[in-house]
Amino acid sequence: MAEYSAFSLLKNAFSGNRDWKPAWRKPDPKPNYDVIVIGGGGHGLATAYYLAAEHGITNVAVLERGWLGSGNIGRNTTIVRSNYLLPESVRFYEHSMKLWENLSHELNYNVMFSQRGVLNLAHSPGQADAFIRRGNAMRHGGVDAEWLTPCEIGRKVPGLDISGSARFPITGGLLQPRAGTARHDAVAWGYARAADRRGVDLIENCEVTGFLRDGDKITGVSTTRGDIRAKKVALAVAGSTSRVLERAGIDTFPIESHVLQAFVSEALKPFVDCVVTFGAGHLYMSQSDKGGLVFGGSLDFYNSYAQRGNLPTVEDVTSEICAMFPTVARLRLLRSWGGVMDMSMDGSPIITKGPLPGLYLNCGWCYGGFKATPASGYSFAWTIAKDEPHTINAPFTLKRFERGAAIDETGHGPTPKLH
Amino acid sequence: MLIDCPHCGARDLSEFSYQGDATRTRPDPASTDTKAWIDYVYNRPNPAGKHREYWQHAGGCRAHLVIERDTLNHEIRSVALARRDYNGGDAA
Amino acid sequence: MSPRRTAKGGLIDRARTIRFTFDGENYVGHAGDSLASALLANGVSLMGRSFKYHRPRGVFSAGVEEPNALVTILREGVREPNIPATQIELHDGLRVESQNRFPSLAWDLGALNQLGGRLIGAGFYYKTFMGPVMGPLKGTRFWMMCERAIRRAAGLGRADYEPDPSRYERMNAFCDVLVVGGGIAGLMAAEAAANTGKQVVLAEQEPYTGGFARWSGEIIGGEPADTWAAAMTARLAKLDNVRLLTRTAVWGYYDSNTLAALERVNDHLARTPKGHARQRHWTIRADQVVLATGALERPIVFCGNDRPGIMLAGAVRRYVAEFGVLPGSKTVIFTNNDSAYETAAVIRRAGGHVAAIVDVRPQIGDEAAARATEAGVVALTGHAIVGTRGGKALSGAVVQAFDAATGSLSGEARPIDCDSIAVSGGWQPLIHLASQAGAKPVWRAEKQAFLPPEPTQRWVGAGAFLGTFGTRQALSSGRDAGLKSVGKRSSRAKLPETPATELDLTPAPVLEIRGKGKAFVDLQHDVTADDVRLAHREGFVSVEHLKRYTTLGMATDQGKTSNVPGLAIMADARGIAIPEAGTTRFRPPFSPVAIGALAAERYGELKPERFTPMHDWHSERGAEMTPAGLWHRPLAYANAGETVDQAYIRETAAVRRSVGIVDVSTLGKIAVKGPDAAGLLDRVYTNTFSTLKVGKARYGLMLREDGLAFDDGTTWRLGETDFLMTTTTANAGPVMQHLEYCLDVLWPDLRVHLTSVTDQWAGAAIAGPKARAVLERCVSGTGVDNGTLPFMGIVHGEIDGAPVMICRLSFSGELAYEVYCGAGHGLHVWEALIEAGEPFAMTPYGMEALGALRIEKGHVTGAEIDGRTTARDLYLDWMLSKKKPFIGSGLMDRPALIDKNRARLVGVVSLDGQRLGGGAHLVERGNRDEPGESIGHVTAYCYSPALEKYIGLALVKGGKTRHGTRAFQSDPLRKRFGQVEIVSHHFFDPNGERMHG
Repeated sequence: MAEYSAFSLLKNAFSGNRDWKPAWRKPDPKPNYDVIVIGGGGHGLATAYYLAAEHGITNVAVLERGWLGSGNIGRNTTIVRSNYLLPESVRFYEHSMKLWENLSHELNYNVMFSQRGVLNLAHSPGQADAFIRRGNAMRHGGVDAEWLTPCEIGRKVPGLDISGSARFPITGGLLQPRAGTARHDAVAWGYARAADRRGVDLIENCEVTGFLRDGDKITGVSTTRGDIRAKKVALAVAGSTSRVLERAGIDTFPIESHVLQAFVSEALKPFVDCVVTFGAGHLYMSQSDKGGLVFGGSLDFYNSYAQRGNLPTVEDVTSEICAMFPTVARLRLLRSWGGVMDMSMDGSPIITKGPLPGLYLNCGWCYGGFKATPASGYSFAWTIAKDEPHTINAPFTLKRFERGAAIDETGHGPTPKLH
Repeated sequence: MLIDCPHCGARDLSEFSYQGDATRTRPDPASTDTKAWIDYVYNRPNPAGKHREYWQHAGGCRAHLVIERDTLNHEIRSVALARRDYNGGDAA
Repeated sequence: MSPRRTAKGGLIDRARTIRFTFDGENYVGHAGDSLASALLANGVSLMGRSFKYHRPRGVFSAGVEEPNALVTILREGVREPNIPATQIELHDGLRVESQNRFPSLAWDLGALNQLGGRLIGAGFYYKTFMGPVMGPLKGTRFWMMCERAIRRAAGLGRADYEPDPSRYERMNAFCDVLVVGGGIAGLMAAEAAANTGKQVVLAEQEPYTGGFARWSGEIIGGEPADTWAAAMTARLAKLDNVRLLTRTAVWGYYDSNTLAALERVNDHLARTPKGHARQRHWTIRADQVVLATGALERPIVFCGNDRPGIMLAGAVRRYVAEFGVLPGSKTVIFTNNDSAYETAAVIRRAGGHVAAIVDVRPQIGDEAAARATEAGVVALTGHAIVGTRGGKALSGAVVQAFDAATGSLSGEARPIDCDSIAVSGGWQPLIHLASQAGAKPVWRAEKQAFLPPEPTQRWVGAGAFLGTFGTRQALSSGRDAGLKSVGKRSSRAKLPETPATELDLTPAPVLEIRGKGKAFVDLQHDVTADDVRLAHREGFVSVEHLKRYTTLGMATDQGKTSNVPGLAIMADARGIAIPEAGTTRFRPPFSPVAIGALAAERYGELKPERFTPMHDWHSERGAEMTPAGLWHRPLAYANAGETVDQAYIRETAAVRRSVGIVDVSTLGKIAVKGPDAAGLLDRVYTNTFSTLKVGKARYGLMLREDGLAFDDGTTWRLGETDFLMTTTTANAGPVMQHLEYCLDVLWPDLRVHLTSVTDQWAGAAIAGPKARAVLERCVSGTGVDNGTLPFMGIVHGEIDGAPVMICRLSFSGELAYEVYCGAGHGLHVWEALIEAGEPFAMTPYGMEALGALRIEKGHVTGAEIDGRTTARDLYLDWMLSKKKPFIGSGLMDRPALIDKNRARLVGVVSLDGQRLGGGAHLVERGNRDEPGESIGHVTAYCYSPALEKYIGLALVKGGKTRHGTRAFQSDPLRKRFGQVEIVSHHFFDPNGERMHG
């Protein structure tokens, strides 16, 4: 298959773009694989790619119920950052950031990772201290972080209400310059194409209906396209984690599925350059390359698998964006959509071997799965290949709840909707 | 979404505060069975379909309600007060 | 006379002339015009530029589906970009600008993008711009350089940064029946439902009801259809149980039959009247909904189908009949169904000229043929348009013989001169709301359209929404739907008479004519038929992949005219039927909604503000206020020329030296009453309250179920079964909710009643060696001596006639009292206390001094109880009762929670005279540039006037074991680094002699 490049674009333009080949094959499932990855979203595809690229395990199938990338990889607000507080998180997300920085080259697919910066606004002295604590934690973990004064913020982001008379005056902001946004679908497609090129079978429209077992051990899956056996079965199904685990006989699990809405405005000429988050509520906003303002806020706050939210959240999120950018009131909301988040009990993910023999688990991404995609796939592939965690995912076990070693960035405790 | 509060009548979602799964049983307060406590605090069924859950009418009478709701389409099938003795003993 | 205005006809008010400007040029139109119709009447056909290739574009439709003619409205000093010209009602002084062009609409440099042509087809950006692997442009740098140019070229209109001066408001409506759509079917449904006495809301997105009746020229009930609709509307408007909302687009169908609508209240006026809302956000909770949203016409896709002058046939008909505008002097009709034949006849009737009717079908019926004859042409059946000519305006079409069965062209292509093409590819019901309500649309091959699914919520459909077209059908299905919505069966009563039409609106299954050249599917985003085929070739075949890869249907019109043709082309490429290619689920909003309108009354007023009863006093004293949750609290009372830092140090010193007063009204307060109140407190607090004596208070600590610290505060026993609990300001709500959960869910057998009384009590803390002396001067009805009011004792008395409750407790470590009174007396009591304090120079102090005092004492607050710390971490383990279980006791001893290396509370003292910083980290290595691993962080700091040093509290690995050791504060964000000593967190008066004194 041809490399993508300016040259290949030119060559194909001359032949009327008739010679482009499918970005990935559409194979039928084989009866046996070394590894089955359930879930053809960002994390599943990345896992398959790193299994092949890093560990030489290419006899791999990715099983996707719908179309590749149909889950949260294509429903998020595209923010990539590693501005975390706790050392476990800093290490993990910074690993991800480093993979992001070279991802387009690695995949030979432009995922449009643009390091335009993420700015967290603080609105009280206490909040400023909390953000500075986080920024300092980042700096001590080798991550870039800067503190901006209200004046510097006003220069960087025109349109913000930086007056002292604002309802929640801006007291400063934490900037991670290397953070930014990426084109979400391209990440799924890039990983898919790169995995496929290394021999991984990507099988769409193939829903897992049950697990094949030998005693306790998982030995494969039953699917809508027949039984498929594998030495190892890995789960990366985000919001569907509980549903799939139930088919393996696990009835309760430290995950709740919640709906999160996201919004986009009509396309505008360049309006805001970096990603901005509003600290007096819960709001994050950026502008896509197409020009739409992409923004989101809190969950709808109830368990849901419906991929659709309700009106009160729409009203909350829009009132927050208007408070942050009073000019946005005049602009128009174009589209809204919902994704199902796998909210964990401490707001941090689970990437681990188990909980049954032959099974591997990757879930609990809460709001933040997109930016984690490379490190998630990388460390999950490592865990599957070597049967032990990589140092970056070692703390993100299932056992941490028993031990009392929660990785709780927000400090909200075991109330998933609050993370 | 509208929730039919037994005290107040049908009210908008925005008046209610979600309080999560209503199927778990709290261990005996004096229990030292850590596994039972872990199960209670951390593990949930999280079904796709019928879900039994608590909501508080925070912007109204402040009572906790037990609600059966479908997580696939948000349809509410039943609402009762969480305090059994307020229900004539037929729920919760 | 405007060049394209017809001599007569239309619903505009020709007597009223309206002046407006477009790109700075002056034009005139008439009342009743849309911006689009007025520009067309003035002979302006170029109205916009497309997104990617910047191709010149004219108006394509007459309604909400408009993909091309987007403009920016300049009004009230702000810009409102991306508004379809078809949706703007002309009014005096209207100023609009075209967009996405430079330097001008006619001469746009961006049009050079077209030269890129095949190079920049669908998804080209995924394949390039990755840049070099090495060198200065490695990583993301090359891409970001390219991206800057791409971002400038992308986007449509430009927004400015001026705050929107408008007011928006919210309305809630409850009704038995909400009728969406005020066309013929909607009017009939509303009347039928209203006649049964039910409460009915009728919402119509256009300025007028009537819909198709306004421009059809048909007869209903013996009158012209528009007269019938107007009379019907007037009848409905008179009914008390009907609310008519025009200019109101219902855009969202949420759970439990909750619908959202946007009313454009004042956008059509030259000026928004003072105090009025620009737009109104409606939440309508309807028992039943009638969906009478009609249908939209879709085009046939052919090469060169985007030139200004090419329009939907129904839109042409509307411009002629409703606005009295002929979009062209010579029009070619291109169709796959009969509806466009009426357009041909209408053009002719208005004095226009039809150059040809090109129909892909091999034969047509008599009725259509009659319309063609009326239009003065013979239909070219079995033909198709295969190309067009022209630049910024259309100058001709190229037609060729076409076989609809095979899609093949034959014979010679021949040109027809024309400056207007009216195209119809059939009609697609507007099923967005039904889809939002929860189910997938259903493809019906015989109608070549997606039809509404079975209802998943309580709605019934009516009119063209159902895929059945025609006035007679609309009248009967509308009335049926109205009756059904109120639980009544269909009526046999006579419907208004209307002549039947034999026009056949079922389209031939032809939505694309393949040829050489750009054939646009999504006009705004410049997605061509070849792009769809490229997506197919590259495997992006599922409808969602197609949309995402090509951006088809993602523009401001959300694919209202392009979704079905796009899907048809993909289905054809895959060799499958349309429904197998997929359907997309529609999501809110149906049409774009101003973000400010959704925020409604919260725009400019995000959250309520909470003020204590003494707020004005603080402000008058020049206190700088700071937000504390929703509350405003004084930070410090700076004197003239004083900084906040100087002020808090003065205030802190005054408390230690003499006495100070602070407003503590914001503390959470919960009345806990009932026979089992003490029992409840024993279960929720780690320590015991059942042993507390009446008239005494105790400090309590709560954990979460997972064993981590949750909140602290004092609880006062006012009577055997009567407690007043105080919480931190931040946790007042969560603690209340927690206790209510405990009572309702965990222990419903406990007989306890909870009341939040935070707002009922005002509170002031008097602290300092002279505190008792201050109280002695103003309190009556009780002694405040050490015997009557010992440490943690409570007394009731009066201050200047107002009843007060006084508890002797101390957050500052001084002899201190908290004085509570009814909130209504708050200011009165505060002022009486201030007066009593005068001989001692009692100093009011704010949050900063409050913080400094508590840091000196080593008391914890939310900065330390941050949801990640345990009681042990804070050296509060003495509060963990061993005699009884409490919330959190089951899990608080898990191994990682009792690990020796956890971060625990210590004090830190700056050794180099530098200030400390909240959020600064502590490290062991004295290397500023490579500070190494963090061993903890500073949670709070202050300058301590008592110790004359910068001190702080910190959470540090190992806690107490580090006392007496040195470390470094590392605060790279504030560019600060310096040596500190780790000490006990009890800096000041560790034995508490002062507060017990």
